[in-house]
Amino acid sequence: MTLPTDEIARTLIEAARQRTAVLPLTNEYPDLDAATAYTVQDAVVQARVEAGAVVIGAKLGLTSVAKQQQMNVSEPLYGWLTDDMQLDTGQTLICSDYIQPRCEPEIAFLLKDDLRGPHVLAAHVLAATALVFPAIDILDSRFAGYKFTGSDVIADNSSCAGFVFGGQGIDPRGIDLKLVGCTFEKNGRLLATAAGAAVLGHPAASVAWMVRRMAARGQGLTAGQVVMAGALTEAVAVSPGDTVVARFDRLGTVELPCR
Amino acid sequence: MSAIITDQQARDFAQGLYDARRTGVPIAAFTDTMPDLGMEDGYAIQEHLVRMLVADGEVICGYKLGLTSTAMQTLLGVDQPDFGPVFASTVFRDGAELPVDRFIAPRMEAEIGVILAEDLTGPHCTPADALQATRGLVASLEIVDSRIRDWKIKLADTVADLASNGAIALSSTVVPVDGFDPRLIGMIFTRNGEVIATGAGAAAMGDPLATVAWLANTLAPMGVVLPAGSVIMTGALHAMVPVQPGDVFRADFDRLGPITIRMASE
Repeated sequence: MTLPTDEIARTLIEAARQRTAVLPLTNEYPDLDAATAYTVQDAVVQARVEAGAVVIGAKLGLTSVAKQQQMNVSEPLYGWLTDDMQLDTGQTLICSDYIQPRCEPEIAFLLKDDLRGPHVLAAHVLAATALVFPAIDILDSRFAGYKFTGSDVIADNSSCAGFVFGGQGIDPRGIDLKLVGCTFEKNGRLLATAAGAAVLGHPAASVAWMVRRMAARGQGLTAGQVVMAGALTEAVAVSPGDTVVARFDRLGTVELPCR
Repeated sequence: MSAIITDQQARDFAQGLYDARRTGVPIAAFTDTMPDLGMEDGYAIQEHLVRMLVADGEVICGYKLGLTSTAMQTLLGVDQPDFGPVFASTVFRDGAELPVDRFIAPRMEAEIGVILAEDLTGPHCTPADALQATRGLVASLEIVDSRIRDWKIKLADTVADLASNGAIALSSTVVPVDGFDPRLIGMIFTRNGEVIATGAGAAAMGDPLATVAWLANTLAPMGVVLPAGSVIMTGALHAMVPVQPGDVFRADFDRLGPITIRMASE
């Protein structure tokens, strides 16, 4: 059965535009599989581009085995970042610009070379990386209460909504990103700690997985793009007045005030 | 708050734990029969138990902190950690094989160990004072164990039971704290090669050195000084993990290196 992917995409585009959550697509389309969901995602991203946005990178989701089991999926997922999602270091998150924003700490890569193809490994990712940054990923599911299946969230461009990097980037070649420690706090209270290995065993392996997955769909990454390698801890909901801070050993700190 | 049990009751309860340690047969929680027992009662029992074990020849070589995470404190309804002594006979080296029959219901935790270079005395000890007295940090694992049946513990039970300490294993590499932040030390915990958890130093009360300062300040009213050379186990960086015979546990710490132990097959 062929699903009306353009129509499904329009539902999500409208939800984001009107900042109003919708019900999971799989309620109406229980047959929505991952392949079809990525087709919807392409249409969602294409609509942003036609409205003037520029694709500037990509992000991974469900990079921990625990989350995959919780969502009943067997692999991570990815989505595309556009320039209208980015916040610059020191900027404030305006909560009313989102439906139900959540934040999570991540390690981000800024590429100096193209990365594409079915044989890309963590080593290639590191060789193609100019700098790695401490980063906060801003999620905003277009599904009410973050209730969704794996296919729903793929179609929803993996909940991509925003991101911010810390003000310090470093060359990843002298350090082992899997061991890098991270603390995540909100309003001065420690929420969780983790190390880089929380994402598929190594953040660069996480990016490599994504590049291989993209290759299967004829997609890839280009020099100058950024990649968010996946959440190191659980996401936390934010409201006006909150400040979230992610501190990373060796990489530095990133902070996001919200109003 | 002060203890509600009599000295004789504390002695009897300590005897129960002493016997459980010797026979390997766990006992019912003290709070089953005396639900109002609190932290002070736990330490009163612990003191008797330690005296009995030291009389048998055990030597205290350090301390362990327990309940250092917000999650564990919430679970047991407290707002501070607890502590117990570490005996020299329970310290293993990196790569050691541990006899399973030594324990009743062992579980594993990865922690940062602190080795003191100088005596540390409360009651006005700060994390900076603790750092000043620290020779260095070591990658470590703690085998926690409960002499209380099925880990059905309340605060007084675990405090009495030496803060549920079973044994520890320490890397031989003692790394001076220089140019890095102990709160941010990353750690990957694996069982049989599979990543079970990751964490960072801050999981222990926000700062491993803050746990050491807390311990020095808590021991001060009892007239106890933390002596140079002591090892302080600063608390788990993740939720504790069940142990099966034959399991191999490894904790890889950034800055500190790895530590591995194997549980003997039965």
